[in-house]
This record gives sequence, C-alpha cells and structure tokens, in this order.
Amino acid sequence: MFDLKNKTFRAGAVITLVMLLIITVGVFWTPYDPNAMDAAGKMAGPGLRHLFGTDNFGRDIFSRVVQGAGATFFIALCSVSIGLAAGLLVGGLTGYYGGWVDELLMRLNDTLTAFPSLLLALVLIAVFQGGKYNIILALGVLFIPTFARIVRMEVARQKALDYVANARLMGVGDMRILFVHIMPNIWPVLLSAVAIGFNNAVLAEASMSYLGLGVQPPDPSLGRMLNEAQGYLLRAPWYALSAGAAIILLVLGFGLLSEGLGGDGRA
Amino acid sequence: MRTVLRKTGVLILTLLLVTLFAFLAFELIPGDPTTMLLGSDYTPERAAALRESLGLDRSVAARYLDWLVSFVTGDMGRSYTYSMSVREVLRGKIAVTAVLSLLSWVLVIAVSVPLGVALVRYQKKPFGKIGFSLNQVMMAMPPFFLGILLTYLFGILLKLFTPGKFVPLSEGPGRSLAYLFFPALAISLPKIAKTVKLLRASILSEMRREYVLTAYSRGNSRWMVIKNHVFRNALLPVVTYLAMSLADIVASSIIVEQVFVVPGLGRLLVASISNRDYPVALCIVVMIASVVVVMNYLADILTQAIDPRVRLS
Repeated sequence: MFDLKNKTFRAGAVITLVMLLIITVGVFWTPYDPNAMDAAGKMAGPGLRHLFGTDNFGRDIFSRVVQGAGATFFIALCSVSIGLAAGLLVGGLTGYYGGWVDELLMRLNDTLTAFPSLLLALVLIAVFQGGKYNIILALGVLFIPTFARIVRMEVARQKALDYVANARLMGVGDMRILFVHIMPNIWPVLLSAVAIGFNNAVLAEASMSYLGLGVQPPDPSLGRMLNEAQGYLLRAPWYALSAGAAIILLVLGFGLLSEGLGGDGRA
Repeated sequence: MRTVLRKTGVLILTLLLVTLFAFLAFELIPGDPTTMLLGSDYTPERAAALRESLGLDRSVAARYLDWLVSFVTGDMGRSYTYSMSVREVLRGKIAVTAVLSLLSWVLVIAVSVPLGVALVRYQKKPFGKIGFSLNQVMMAMPPFFLGILLTYLFGILLKLFTPGKFVPLSEGPGRSLAYLFFPALAISLPKIAKTVKLLRASILSEMRREYVLTAYSRGNSRWMVIKNHVFRNALLPVVTYLAMSLADIVASSIIVEQVFVVPGLGRLLVASISNRDYPVALCIVVMIASVVVVMNYLADILTQAIDPRVRLS
C-alpha cells in the first residue's frame, strides 16, 4: 500500500513527517515563549538569535510559526476526523442499503458540490460563527459530503463482490459485513482522500482565519498570523514569508502524499 | 438534443435547491437580527414591530417563496447595515468581480496550454524537470499568500502598483485593469499549475495509445506525434476542466479581493458576514453559486458538442 519507490509519495511523506516532528516538538518546547514580548528587539531581521526574526511586539516568529502550525494542524486533524467519521457512517449505510434515502442523500450531495468549497466554508462559518471550536465544526461539516461520496461509491462496488455474498451465505450480519468485512478493503482509497482532506482543511482554516472569520485572538493560527503580517509587509517581510512557507509546506506535504497514495492530487 | 433538454431540467432543479439550501443556512444562524438592528433602542415592542415589518414573523416556507420570487424579479431586499436596498449595495461590485474573474480566466487559458505542452516536449531536459517541480509547489500555493507575495514583490519592492489603491473602473478602465492584473495573477497561478499538471498527465497517458505507435512507425519525431496527433485528443479533458475552473476562480477572487483591497463582491461578502448583514450575504452566495452551476452546465454541454464519443455513451 505504501509504495516507497514512488517519488511523489516519498517526497510527501518526508515533508509531512518533518512538519509533524517540528509541530510535536513545538507542543513541548519552542526556542522562545511565543507570546513573550521584547520592546528592545522589535522587527529584528532573521538571524542566529531569532531564526525567522521578530514581529512588531518583539516576539520570536519561529516560535510563533511553530505554535501556529500546531494549532492549524490540530484544527485540520479534528475537522477531518469529524468529516471522516460521519462520512463513513452515512456513506457506508447508504452505499450498503441503497434505496430512496441513498437517492435523496446523493441528490443533496450533488447540490452541495455545486458550491465552490470556499463559498460553502464561508456559509458554514456564518452559521457556526467564528472561534476555534466553531471552525472545527464548520470544516468538519464541510468535509462530510466528500467523504460520504467516496465511501458510498467504494462500498457499493465492494458489495457486489463474491466475498460479501459468501459472508452473507455464512450468516454474517449486515453490520458486521459492512464494518468488519468491507471497511478494511476501502482503506487504500480512503487514505488518499484523508490526505487531500488535510490539504483542504489547512487551506480552508488559513483562508478563513486570514479573512478574520476563523480563529480569533488570542488563539494562534497560521492564517491569522498572515493577516497580521500583511500590515508589516514593508518593515518585516520575513513575518509573512515564514507563516506562508509553513502553510505551503503543510499543503504541499499532504498534497504529494495523497497523489503518491493514488489519488489524483486534486480536491 | 434530448440530453440537452434533460440537463436543462436538472440545471433548473439544482438552481432551486441551491437557493433553498442557502436560504435555510442563513435561517439556521443563531441570534435575532432585530437585536442588532435596534441596538440600544431595543425594546420588546419595537422588536416585535420590526419583526413584522421585515416579515420575520411568518413561516420559513412562506418567506422562502417570497424571497425567491422577489429575487428572480430583481428585488433583493434591504441591507441590515446600510440603509439602502441590497441592489444598491451591490451596484458596481459585480462588474469588478466579473472583470477580475474573467481576466484571471484568460490568463489561465493563455498560459497553461502552451506551458503544459512545453513541459512534455522538454520532459527529459532540465527545463521540464525543474518546471514540473516548480509546478508542484505552485499547486500548493494558497492564492491569498501568493497575493501577499506579489504585493511585496511588485507593489513594495518594484513599485509597479500601489497596494490598496484600486482605481474604479469608471475612472480609468486601463489603470483599473493594470491594478487588477496582480490579483488576477494571484488567482490564476495556482490554477495554471493545476491545469498544466492535468494537461501533462493527459498528454502522457494519450502517448501510450496504439495510434501513437503507428504515428511513430511512419517516421514521425516525438514532437510531431505530440503536435499533430496527441495534442487534440489530450486537450479534451482539459477543455472541460478549464470551463469548470471559472467557478473556482470566482471563489478564489472572494479572498484575493481582500488581499488587494479590491471593492468587489468577495470583500462585500466577507464584510457582510462579519457584520451579520445576512440579506446581502445571502444574495451574494446565491449569485456566485448560480454562476458556478450554470458554468458547470455549459461545460458539460460543451464537452458533448466537441467530443462525439461522450455524446454516444
């Protein structure tokens, strides 16, 4: 399943693992306290003392980016989990049983895909309002249709295979067939979808927080940092560059990973 | 012809569902608009009177039908925050977003097709290899961050435009377009990267077909095969993708307008969501979503028109 000879997969895995390592270390230790201000060292350029320089309050940008990347990753992790769990349930049941509920939900799904995901995210943010936990909920709901569609398609395909008929003849219950027999077989397809889900979640969180509709101060996030950094573009361009680079690395890592796992790398 | 009719039916149904969905979503928002509208003048009696004048006391279904009928006939209701109709609030903004989106779309089409072909032609050369890697990175670039980078590079370092000083279309279409070129670049570069990737993959998979072998055996060079035989076939999925990408472009312009302070629909949408000005937000959401649905419908029809194989299956 993990094709280590595949260059795309390898590149994605390396970038993602390095980012996750930095984020994990950052939870316990950062070179400076991300919120410690230093009036004397405002807007210092990148250097040995401050790897990515300091911001308008003299805070160490590297520490802040690490913390922001952690927060963004946490939001992505939670929202993808919500989308995946609900998608597995809805997609699994409708794909397995079919019928009018299936028809209805798929029509609804088609309508939702008519909205560009950014627009849908904005609508959901308007419904759930901003803030860290509301954005997790909003993005989680945003991802349900995508996961449900993929799960449904795979379950419907697997259902027609002989091993399912075999299991049924042996008297295995529907729920057991669905969750114990079929689910393990759709993981390879799902993994790629999960990777692209992370990719979209990081992008969506950063976009919403950049617009000022997502994570609110004092909670950190890469998107919010970019929003702040834009005001200091003239005097401290390294601020925006560092936050943006972290977003790109996260997005790139998950995108390559998804492509290497056999997805088409597009949302 | 029958399929076109059927698809048109589906189109109308989808448009109705889109309006219903958007309307219901804004209904679900917690909170009472009257509290905000009245502000410090709030008394229960005034709130009740305002609810009645806004029609908020009637059932959801009745209000949806009312809203739909007036929306279609061009009456879009009144804004909560500005004391004018939504129509007046929107005036001038639609044109800005439309121009920005079209400009980005033209850039995507004009750059991605030659670039995609060039990357395949020089696949084994340094140009092809480096180009492909850069393309991968560009795909991961969020348009708003790219916008910040372009602002820094072209606005602050090279001073090719003044960030935040958008020239309205009425004051000078030329200067206005010159300003919009940079946001358009921010929107289109990641889209170009995605299109190039698709075109490259499409050409490479087409190269494995049997007719390519025949073309080679008649003494064609690799470039001749690509140019004369493969290109047209490989372009088909890309044409559909390009037609559909206008929708994504309109969506990315929502956020890029914010970066470049372009007074279009996107900035207005974000502002009206922050200000809880839901009549305005609802109108913009429905308008953008409808454009997307119609574009996808046209892309579908276009694919059928240019490829008889799709028509038959």
